[in-house]
This record gives sequence, C-alpha cells and structure tokens, in this order.
Amino acid sequence: MALLFPDPFDALLQLQQALDSFRASDWLETSLSGVGSYPPLNAFRKGDDLVIVAEVPGVRKEDVALEIKNNTLRISGTKTVSYGEKAALHRRERSAGRFDRAVALPVEVDAEGVKAECRDGILALFLPRAERDKPRSIRIS
Amino acid sequence: MANEQALDVREKKELVTKEEKTVPARYYVPATDIYETEAALTVVMELPGVDKKDLDLAVENDVLRVEGRIDLGKYEGLEPLYTEYNVGHFSRSFTLSRKIDQAAIQAELEDGVLTLTLPKAKEAQPRKIKIG
Repeated sequence: MALLFPDPFDALLQLQQALDSFRASDWLETSLSGVGSYPPLNAFRKGDDLVIVAEVPGVRKEDVALEIKNNTLRISGTKTVSYGEKAALHRRERSAGRFDRAVALPVEVDAEGVKAECRDGILALFLPRAERDKPRSIRIS
Repeated sequence: MANEQALDVREKKELVTKEEKTVPARYYVPATDIYETEAALTVVMELPGVDKKDLDLAVENDVLRVEGRIDLGKYEGLEPLYTEYNVGHFSRSFTLSRKIDQAAIQAELEDGVLTLTLPKAKEAQPRKIKIG
C-alpha cells in the first residue's frame, strides 16, 4: 500500500509506523560486498521503480561516489568534520570518516536511467526497474 | 588521520522531554558538536532533510531552541520495502550563559548541517594582563 496521508495531523505518526513495520525486512539481500553499513538506508517502491534514501548530513555532494553494476549498488565516500584551530571541544556527537557500502538489489534496474540527488543531507536514488524485469500480464486464451 | 577511520552507524536518538509535544509523533535529537574559541561558541547540529524554511531558531529566557521539520510530502506515494532508520522532526535546546552576545548569533544551514555561531560578549573574552 502506497503511503497517502489523508489526515495531516496523523501524517508523521503514520509514516513512522509504516517505516517501523519494514525495519530490516528481508527484501534486501544480506550478501554485502562492501565494508560497514554506513549510510543507513531506506528502500521504497514507487510504482514499478525503486527509491533508495539515505541520511548523510554533512557529506558534500562531491564527496559521494555511486556505482551500479549487475544490480549491486555501491555508495562510498568521506564525511569530514572539522573544528577551527585552537578550539576547545565541549560536546562531540557527530562522527566523521570513510564509508563504503554495497547492496545487492533484489530486482533488475536500468542502470542508465538511475538518477541521484543529494540535498539537505539526504541522498536519494531513483532506480527505474529494467523493462525486461517488469511483470507481464498473461492473457488466458 | 582521524578522518581515515570507517564511519559507524549511530542509531538516531529519540527526544525525551519534560514538556510534551502536541502531535502524537516521535521527535529526534540532532547529533551536536559544541566547541569554543576565544571569540565564540559554535554549535553544529545534524538535521538531515530539513530545509531552511522549515527550521525555527529562537532565543527566549536564555534558552536557545532549535526545531527542524522534515518534509513529509517527499514520502507520499512511496511504499516502504525495507527500512533501517526512521524519520521525524528534530528538536533540541540549550541554556545559554550570559556570556553570549545573544543579538549577534549567526546561523548557517548546509548539507543538512546547521552551524550556529554564538559570539561571546565583550566582557567574557579573555584579556591579556600586562605586567607593569
């Protein structure tokens, strides 16, 4: 069921409940060829296509590399956190470092048609499903 | 080489406050760094998915309050398949010391990171004392 929010008052709660119920579902194959699991990601279906979203606050667009090969999506990059010189640190909750994650997608995607966007610390990937992978209806003769 | 280490996933922290929110949804606490230089105190917060227009900053009774709302419209028509994190609005507040020049606070939002520069009041800046 696609997410629709008829009641704006409950919209956020409904979205949170929907996201909770798909927590680590078995949709994504667990065979990972990358190292680590940053960035955390959410996967959605939009019609026939896929949308993958990750939270990457503080990661610049030019510091992210995306690759897709044989339905394996690889997201790698670096997040830098810098403090000015001679700064005394009072609180440190943000982390920095390298990341490299590969995920095997359970559906065939059209690699040529993949679009990516990185805005406000959110990385969004639009992955069109390959034409030959789409389900076909069969006429009963 | 602090930057060469691999990045870990940190679970988002849910907001627990004494005052309750009026909407029945979860809020999150943005991960924050605070550092101080001679001239200012800098607060850096991670607010992924928050647009400039959906960010509220207020100073009232020496409390700096930051509230960032995410755009739910982006999720409309999407059907979840697999999730590793949840989303929600962000909220956090800090009590400021009187040493901050509250009128001169500056804010900048870039790549989902809010940087607040809180200049120290003149009398709070360190003074070199000359030995006569």
